[in-house]
Amino acid sequence: MTTTSTVPRQSVKPPAARRSFVERWLAMFFLAPTLLGMALFTFLPIIGSLVLAFFRWDIISAPQFVGFANFASLAQDPTVRVSFLNTIVFVIVAVVLQLGIALSLASMLQARMPSWLRVFLRSTFFFPLVLSAASVSIFMRYMFNEQFGVVNWLLSLVGIPAVPWLTSPAASAAVVVLVYVWQNFGFSFLLFLGALTNIPKELHEAANLDGATGWKQFSNVTLPLISPTVLVASVMAIISALQVFDQPYVLTNGGPGDSTRTAVMVIFESAFQQLEFGEASAIGLVLTVLILAVTALQFRLSRRFVFYQ
Amino acid sequence: MSSQTLQTGTGKHSGPTTGTPATRKPYRNRRLPAAGTVGRYAALAVAAALTLGPVMWTLSTSLRTPSESFNLPPSFLPINPDFTAYQEVFKQINVSLLVLNSALVTGLIALGQMASATLAGYAFARLDFRGKKAIFSLVLATMMVPVQVTIVPVFMLIRGMGLSDTLLALILPAIPTAFGTFLMRQYFLGLPNDFAEAAALDGAGPWRIFRSVYVPLAVPGMAIVGILAFNFHWNEFFRPLILTISEQNFTLPLGLVTLQGNLGTGSISVVLAGVILSMLPALVVFIFGQRTLREGLTAGASK
Repeated sequence: MTTTSTVPRQSVKPPAARRSFVERWLAMFFLAPTLLGMALFTFLPIIGSLVLAFFRWDIISAPQFVGFANFASLAQDPTVRVSFLNTIVFVIVAVVLQLGIALSLASMLQARMPSWLRVFLRSTFFFPLVLSAASVSIFMRYMFNEQFGVVNWLLSLVGIPAVPWLTSPAASAAVVVLVYVWQNFGFSFLLFLGALTNIPKELHEAANLDGATGWKQFSNVTLPLISPTVLVASVMAIISALQVFDQPYVLTNGGPGDSTRTAVMVIFESAFQQLEFGEASAIGLVLTVLILAVTALQFRLSRRFVFYQ
Repeated sequence: MSSQTLQTGTGKHSGPTTGTPATRKPYRNRRLPAAGTVGRYAALAVAAALTLGPVMWTLSTSLRTPSESFNLPPSFLPINPDFTAYQEVFKQINVSLLVLNSALVTGLIALGQMASATLAGYAFARLDFRGKKAIFSLVLATMMVPVQVTIVPVFMLIRGMGLSDTLLALILPAIPTAFGTFLMRQYFLGLPNDFAEAAALDGAGPWRIFRSVYVPLAVPGMAIVGILAFNFHWNEFFRPLILTISEQNFTLPLGLVTLQGNLGTGSISVVLAGVILSMLPALVVFIFGQRTLREGLTAGASK
């Protein structure tokens, strides 16, 4: 965006020097709540995390410097390793599903249809976003119940025997993905809808005249035009999926076994159940590095693959 | 900026699956629905049913009597509504206290974010001071840091401040907002300069220009920040789970998860009644503030 801060704003002046002096003070006062708050609740905690990651501390006894032991135990602790693996698999599957569903629905909404229908569908797909992930997981847990759940009842109508959704490792991992995607695809959908609507329709008409229709038109005309949005939507989806917690916590509490335990669940458990605050900080730092890596990758990729008009 | 003016009208871009290239208009009337069109409507119908189905099931099941709420076949439409579950949920948990806590926490965070983001956003957009760019990048950088990473030190800080297990523990750390500041800065940058110049001609100082000229114009931007904050913190689960301990300080999502844990699968409809009650404010936002919320949610992606 344009930074208009230095364009001649105060061409009309009471003494200019005095004015900028007042402005500087005003700026300081205006920034104070945000900057002081961030210093206290973001920057100080980041430093705290960095320090804590090298200590063993259970709050009760004095902290003890342990060097890289917390990081080393991450590599060895089977629960932590499985949780990171789970998280990565979860991110890949959930993000692919989320983006795929969102993009298909958004492009289907571009076709000719009554406007009330388009508004209705847009609101419908958007709706799960305003619910709380905890509440959604509560009712989904009932729906996926093996004996009386509505999902197995529907499957029984077409002759599929009851699936142990929340008690088998593979099925419970699938449930966490489904519930997460159900709630979050609407966000990517909104981004894609905005991007698709902004494509000038002459481009589609030109493509039609050249005989490029259907999939050909989509992959050669539409997709390149919305590639900046695809990239942004992917990165935002990946970053938020990396932090998944509410759904597995409420749906399965990480089980059965460790099959749905995620990185953030391990942070939570090692800090607030096992009182291993140092280890929790170390896991948190690894997660942050992952998130920063994804962001850095975004900038790299955007230079190579994204088509900017 | 937010490029969200979605044309809901009769945009005639032929979608990717419409298999009639360059058909001229006169033939439109007698065109039969192509296979692609039928498939598209079927897919959209399935997607809409899968999205609304779980919510309809939750609503109808909350309106069944607790004893038959887990009977099959399930119900998707609230025929013969029964409100026993709604009375029961008030007996099982202190719903009014949960609502009050959630409303206090969410409301104060929203107000705090609107105020602090308006001030900071204005400073970044319209005031001159040294190091502006660097400070703004620093503020933006905090968006990269997930809450899970800072939660352990924040938890200790809160203990150190003597705020453990209070609502303030939830409110204070949530008030500084990088995204809100970013939104308000964008908003102020989008407002014209002329007003400031005219006011300066009349002898208004920087404070008066802010207070009397720009704040009234920025109300729509503040609404976006407020609605986003409301939507996020009303539904928040992770921080309340860690920062509150006693039930009298629980917020709604936490109280409901606890209720589910206590009741198990005994009386679904009671838990679901609580879930439906907790959705009502979100529903109000959805109905009256959907456009604002959409703009806010997508604003971050279209900078």
